[in-house]
Amino acid sequence: MLPEFELLMPRSLPEALEMLAGSAPDVLPIAGGTNLIPDMRGGRYRPGLLLNVAGLPELCAIRREEEWLVIGGGVTIADLLDDPLVAQHAPVLREAARMLASPLVRNRATVAGNLANASPAADTAPPLLVLDAEVELASRGESRRVPLREFFVHVRRTVRRPDELITTIRIPLPPAGSSARFFKVALRNADAIAVVNGAVRVDRDGAGRCQGARIALGAVAPTPIRVPEAEAALEGQWLTPEVIARAARLAAEAARPIDDLRGSAAYRQHVTAVMVRRALAEHGTRNTE
Amino acid sequence: MEPRPIILTVNGRTHQVALKPNVTLLHALRDLGYTDVKNGCEKGDCGACTVLLNGKAVNSCLVLAWQADGAQITTAAGLGTVDHPHPIQEALADSGGIQCGFCTPGIVVAAKALLDRNPDPTEEEIREAISGNLCRCTGYSLIIEGIKAAAARLAGGER
Repeated sequence: MLPEFELLMPRSLPEALEMLAGSAPDVLPIAGGTNLIPDMRGGRYRPGLLLNVAGLPELCAIRREEEWLVIGGGVTIADLLDDPLVAQHAPVLREAARMLASPLVRNRATVAGNLANASPAADTAPPLLVLDAEVELASRGESRRVPLREFFVHVRRTVRRPDELITTIRIPLPPAGSSARFFKVALRNADAIAVVNGAVRVDRDGAGRCQGARIALGAVAPTPIRVPEAEAALEGQWLTPEVIARAARLAAEAARPIDDLRGSAAYRQHVTAVMVRRALAEHGTRNTE
Repeated sequence: MEPRPIILTVNGRTHQVALKPNVTLLHALRDLGYTDVKNGCEKGDCGACTVLLNGKAVNSCLVLAWQADGAQITTAAGLGTVDHPHPIQEALADSGGIQCGFCTPGIVVAAKALLDRNPDPTEEEIREAISGNLCRCTGYSLIIEGIKAAAARLAGGER
């Protein structure tokens, strides 16, 4: 049995924001509940008051707005897998969605919840980081956009205020010549939390040279991180095996992993270099096609 | 924490029940007598409590009953009975994909969700579809064979 709590059931986004404003700071939004319910049962969170946002009609759409792909705060991980706009404009996010938990969880878990929960191992974080995503936070009467890079503060802590809801996740459409890859190492191939995950994006110029790169890593620091040192080592370069090896080494050096039940810090550091190298090598291969 | 009346339509039958907000769909269903929905881990790891919620396979232990107010819910027992089993249930039994049976209702529902969307799945797609359902007896091989056989039987025109 779950601990006792009160549950607010707004029927619209304005009503939800009104209720949040009236109840903050002692209120937690719940959508899919796939993290929150086990965490309440395990005693990590003891909220006296929850606010249901699952199924709020304003939050359920995935749409294109000019040069942005806009994902509603109630969009589930399964929705990402079915959506043609995501397949077209953010295939790296789709790859991550396919590796997140199980199909049962994916039918309930939301992208916004995966970010708001702020696990260092959140599978949607690395792809959204390399896509330069922004998080739109709304409260009664106002809204602000925060780059995802500035959204995570620490393990399970974000800049979201208790009276704010994630209403959208906004992805600027990547330019032509941009491609990205997701990777995940876990103790089994499905329904497992990452030992290390990450995403690598390479933007090439007309000739095929790397104009700019983004590398994001998860489960190797208190928050999902970008690794600018490794990215800089790729800029303006042809992706030769030497260039790739150097960037992979720099990425592993930037990682600050811990030992836990899923893997040792040393293993995480090692596997980071391997996976970044492989992900970049795939870009290299595709360059020469 | 006051109970509130909600409506759950389970296997085509409508129930009005007054529940407190901390009751999960899993407990609501079992208390209504749908004990084919099994309580395994209660944290979304094992899949024994899998039901269809408006056609989608979910862990009922991770849904608050209030969140399911007005929803259509299907459990394994809603797909077929001992006398009139669903082809998925029949094929799992015939293949030997059932041993202790505890995971079976969840596997049946996950397989139903798969075959509704994808009537001719590859082995890889079957493995992915049941990746949230743990079985500690069979080693999965015979479950996968059973789901393949079910797909073939359904394609052959049974139900």
